[in-house]
Amino acid sequence: MLAIKTEQLTYTYSQGTPFEKVAVDHVDLAIEQGEFVGVIGHTGSGKSTLIQHFNGLLKPTSGKVLIEGTDIWGQGVNIRDYRFKVGLVFQYPEYQLFEETVYKDIAFGPTNMGLTPGQVDDRVREAARFVGLSDFQLQKSPFELSGGQKRRVAIAGVLAMNPDILILDEPTAGLDPRGRDQILGQIKQYHRTRKNTILLVSHSMEDIARYAHKVLVLNHAGVAMYDDVDKVFSRAREITQIGLSVPQVTRIFMGLRERGFGVSESVYTLDYATRELLELLGKGEDRHA
Amino acid sequence: MLRDITIGQYFPGESVIHRMDPRMKIVLTLAYIVMLFVAANALGLAVGVVFLALCYLVSRIPARMILRSLRPVVPIIIFTSVLNMLFVDGQPVFQWWILKITVEGIQTAVFMSVRILCLIAGTSLLTYTTSPIALTDGIERLCNPLKRFKLPVHELAMMMTIALRFIPTLIEETDKIISAQKARGADMESGGLVQRAKALIPILIPLFVSAFRRADELALAMECRCYRGGEGRTRMKQLKIHARDFWCALAVALGMAAVVLLNIWGGTLSAL
Repeated sequence: MLAIKTEQLTYTYSQGTPFEKVAVDHVDLAIEQGEFVGVIGHTGSGKSTLIQHFNGLLKPTSGKVLIEGTDIWGQGVNIRDYRFKVGLVFQYPEYQLFEETVYKDIAFGPTNMGLTPGQVDDRVREAARFVGLSDFQLQKSPFELSGGQKRRVAIAGVLAMNPDILILDEPTAGLDPRGRDQILGQIKQYHRTRKNTILLVSHSMEDIARYAHKVLVLNHAGVAMYDDVDKVFSRAREITQIGLSVPQVTRIFMGLRERGFGVSESVYTLDYATRELLELLGKGEDRHA
Repeated sequence: MLRDITIGQYFPGESVIHRMDPRMKIVLTLAYIVMLFVAANALGLAVGVVFLALCYLVSRIPARMILRSLRPVVPIIIFTSVLNMLFVDGQPVFQWWILKITVEGIQTAVFMSVRILCLIAGTSLLTYTTSPIALTDGIERLCNPLKRFKLPVHELAMMMTIALRFIPTLIEETDKIISAQKARGADMESGGLVQRAKALIPILIPLFVSAFRRADELALAMECRCYRGGEGRTRMKQLKIHARDFWCALAVALGMAAVVLLNIWGGTLSAL
């Protein structure tokens, strides 16, 4: 089943003023259930605008958004149900924290869903465990925590709603490498256990290559590519023309190919690169022998 | 919804009015307000309306922007019109119980409404055609003589500039926080007064926290660049009075003269 489908989705900012700008232009998209999709595109390509349509925060100027087959702007549809079904973690989500304790802040979403206190408690503790927050930290004020910890609290606040589709807008922006790996690892772990659909917006091609199955490339308010990771990164030239880059290993392997080595053109992770290099070296030894 | 706020909204353009010196624009806007209040008969007020219409034509501000700036004052206009119609003495045209509407009352109501509308549209033209920075710059220069009375003119102007500078930022921030809380199922559209007030907490707390953080960062950044107030400070953009400013001043002066002459010739409206 399709988790997210858009039909000719278009969104125009400040319509009818001199500041008018088309941010999403006739986008047709179909994302399968259980997919881990990396979303890339340079600043202003419409990423943030597009993802805010998936939980109905923005209403399309024209076109449709279908979540699990239902038109969320159709008649008799309660848009709030889809806010819980599609969890959206904004950029720098730590700025949305407001409660006295971390526990209460994570509980905000589940409480809004109308769950019983017992259910809310389960959800909060489970979400906190996923992002690695201790029971002690749960009783602290969110404003006492470090930047990376605040970020994890904010992500837990969305995870606690147990969304079928989880969308994260640059969840690692401004974090140190360790914080970044921790958060992405936790998201991957969450995906593995829950088998839900995940959309990860990122500027780091390395992260996309490492965690995502599919890549959605946005350019000029439209979809430039949507395909498996290896297929997308093998079109390195097009990606560079858009103004994006491919992972560093991919670039190295492109260089190797240009110099006449018979390596694959779609190497995008270190593991794959190691295998590919060992094979190449093995072949070389054979030749010497 | 928050994007609809038009206070101080600048509408970029290249017209003569856009390029006028902000100081001259402020002075002429004040002169125009005086003109509206000097006008004592319908003809004089008509001059004010025509003058403003011409200014809007020259500035190429779209008509719907004028309507947008006038929308908030509609309740006030309706309120004062009703009061004027009911309480101005004169020849009655309609009477019911103790309520009585007079010819003079209707005249006064129309006259006052046109005057208020012109007043708002006229001052909006100033903010539509002048960038906030140019505006505060102009105000600072015009207030310079007040420094003699130990009024911290530069500091006040700087505060205004910073406040204006951060309005769009804070609006954007508010929009973002509202979206983020809505994404967690915050419900701001339903419920009674108490519930709605409570629903604002998740928005106001993060907004205050970030406003203080921004203020702190800005203060630090200004100190890092050795900001220490207005004394001995030079400007990147020097304000200069050009020929066009004098032509515009002349136009306002002519309008004013017309209004005064019409007052003398046309007699005054009885009620005013």
